[in-house]
Amino acid sequence: MSNANEYKPSLARGLWALTYRELKKWLKDPVMLAMFVLQPLIWMGLLGKSMNIGGLFSANNLNLPSQIPIPGNVILSPPKLPLVVLNGTALAQMFAQMGSKVMENTFGITDYFSFMSVGMISMIVTTTTMFSGMSIVWDRRLGFLDKVISTPVSRAAIIFAKILNATLRAMFQATIILALAYLLGLQLSPTFTLLNLLGVYAAIFLLGVGLSSIFIAFSIRSTRMERPMQFISLITMPLMFASNTFFPTKLMPDWMQVIANVNPLTYLTDAIRQLTILPLDFSALIWDFTYLGFFAAVLSTIGIVLSWRYLTR
Amino acid sequence: MTEEVIRAENLTKVYNRSLVAVDHINFSVREGEIFGFLGPNGAGKTTTIGMLTTVLKPTEGTALVLGYDIVKQDSEVRKIIGVVPQEYTADEDLTGYENIMLCADLYGIPRDVAKKRALELLELVELADFKDKKVETYSGGMRRRLELAIGLINRPKVLFLDEPTLGLDVQTRAATWDYIRRLKKEYGMTIFMTTHYLEEADTLCDRIAIIDHGKIVVTGSPSELKDSIGGDIITIAIKENADVTNIIKSVENVKEVRNENNIYRIKAKLGEVTTPLIIEALRKNGYTVTRLSLTEPTLDEVYLEYTGRAIRDTEESKEAFRAQRITLRRARA
Repeated sequence: MSNANEYKPSLARGLWALTYRELKKWLKDPVMLAMFVLQPLIWMGLLGKSMNIGGLFSANNLNLPSQIPIPGNVILSPPKLPLVVLNGTALAQMFAQMGSKVMENTFGITDYFSFMSVGMISMIVTTTTMFSGMSIVWDRRLGFLDKVISTPVSRAAIIFAKILNATLRAMFQATIILALAYLLGLQLSPTFTLLNLLGVYAAIFLLGVGLSSIFIAFSIRSTRMERPMQFISLITMPLMFASNTFFPTKLMPDWMQVIANVNPLTYLTDAIRQLTILPLDFSALIWDFTYLGFFAAVLSTIGIVLSWRYLTR
Repeated sequence: MTEEVIRAENLTKVYNRSLVAVDHINFSVREGEIFGFLGPNGAGKTTTIGMLTTVLKPTEGTALVLGYDIVKQDSEVRKIIGVVPQEYTADEDLTGYENIMLCADLYGIPRDVAKKRALELLELVELADFKDKKVETYSGGMRRRLELAIGLINRPKVLFLDEPTLGLDVQTRAATWDYIRRLKKEYGMTIFMTTHYLEEADTLCDRIAIIDHGKIVVTGSPSELKDSIGGDIITIAIKENADVTNIIKSVENVKEVRNENNIYRIKAKLGEVTTPLIIEALRKNGYTVTRLSLTEPTLDEVYLEYTGRAIRDTEESKEAFRAQRITLRRARA
């Protein structure tokens, strides 16, 4: 018979085996995978293209006649001018120029679609990590979790595998959205290099670790999928709107800015924007990463402690 | 000398500070035997397995598995045991082979050893032809066999089986019993199992502990238990509506009489001889026997004797059982 010490259950091997299982489940399901790609495509294609804020300020939208006659009595200085005729086309162009200044001051770039599609990345990253964390409810209901905890694999590996799976999925999706957005007309900033993508992944990783660990802790105790699902749909929209995902926070009312400024989504979105579409502002980027790092550290500590306590009940 | 493989000392589990699922139980399992926990649903069988397999922490007391303490040396215990839980725990989206290999990774079994062993085990449970099919396509019996194979990947010295044939049809059940016997023979494993099927306990187990309301009522081999009742069981019904307990008791060899709604369960030595005497005595007193049966004791009787009710009474419909299991699952959370 075998010797008990023949096997060396290692954290790394257990972690990889459990993560690999999740990824395999995911990649083996073409319908799920297609949905994952379709969802952001639909959001970006429809919402991003329909909310054509840049179009508001275009010369065409003003629709001026080429000649605009103005009666002399409207003009006070210099006095007693006869009929004045303005060049409509030039005026419209002036309007468009002012418009793109407004856009640039508001969004940092003139193209709203680029602004918004990065926001879309944060949104998808958030929902994906939350849902992936929640899959532990199934593992528990179907008995798989019981099986795993009866093996000598490290309890940490069980939790980390979930977190890793959630973040890897989120990164994968972010890549797809970015690629799709580029095809649909996202304008990269001149400071963008492929190396910046690593920064994008790092930012997603930090948010993913924080969010998923707290969701794992939350759902590991719940025996039904409904409650966590309800919770996700309850908080996703507010998280999105009270952040810079679709609109810059500086134009929001004060109370909302307070929320947006603690909302990690704001920092993730800004970090990705800095790295992709905006001319890179290094100090802003560092601040974004500091906040995300802090968020990840605090939430994952709480999450892991709570899940750990559950697993070793 | 036979070695003690499992030894439970005052093992206790209380859920939510009020529901006592297992109540200070003591027992020991010897090397190489199949030890069965027999009892109705909710008696505390699964909770006991949970504690012995270190998935649940005992509220009080502890147990030693091959000398390792389940509370203090839980990770050592996990390495040397195999667990086949009541539920199907394999991942449905993976193939049978992938499921076994996943478990091998969790045990840290070297890959080449694991591969060879996985194929061997799949062969043993006759799933070799289905190893690359997703588990969701498996039938109930196949899943059960796969669970067995998964539980054996680390060559455990002790195997824990929780209701190994729950919900299986008669044929699959008999086949599963064969696998379990083969495991015992081929690997010399000690097996701890729970069941609420009397027949299963009778044919499969070397020794049985009857558990009821979280307490062990009696322990022994099936034949010991049957003998412990001390004789045959005579069941008699009479036409008249009267209590004839005392008349029956006066007959020679009658050891005990129990009146259950005018059906008398009589325990007696030498049933074949005693039965005519009882009929005679009743007739003399003017009573007419309408029904009669004579049985040698089965585990049914043993169970009835020690718990005061038939195990069949406690078997509920499938729905009620499922509802109860969900409730228990929540309580365990």
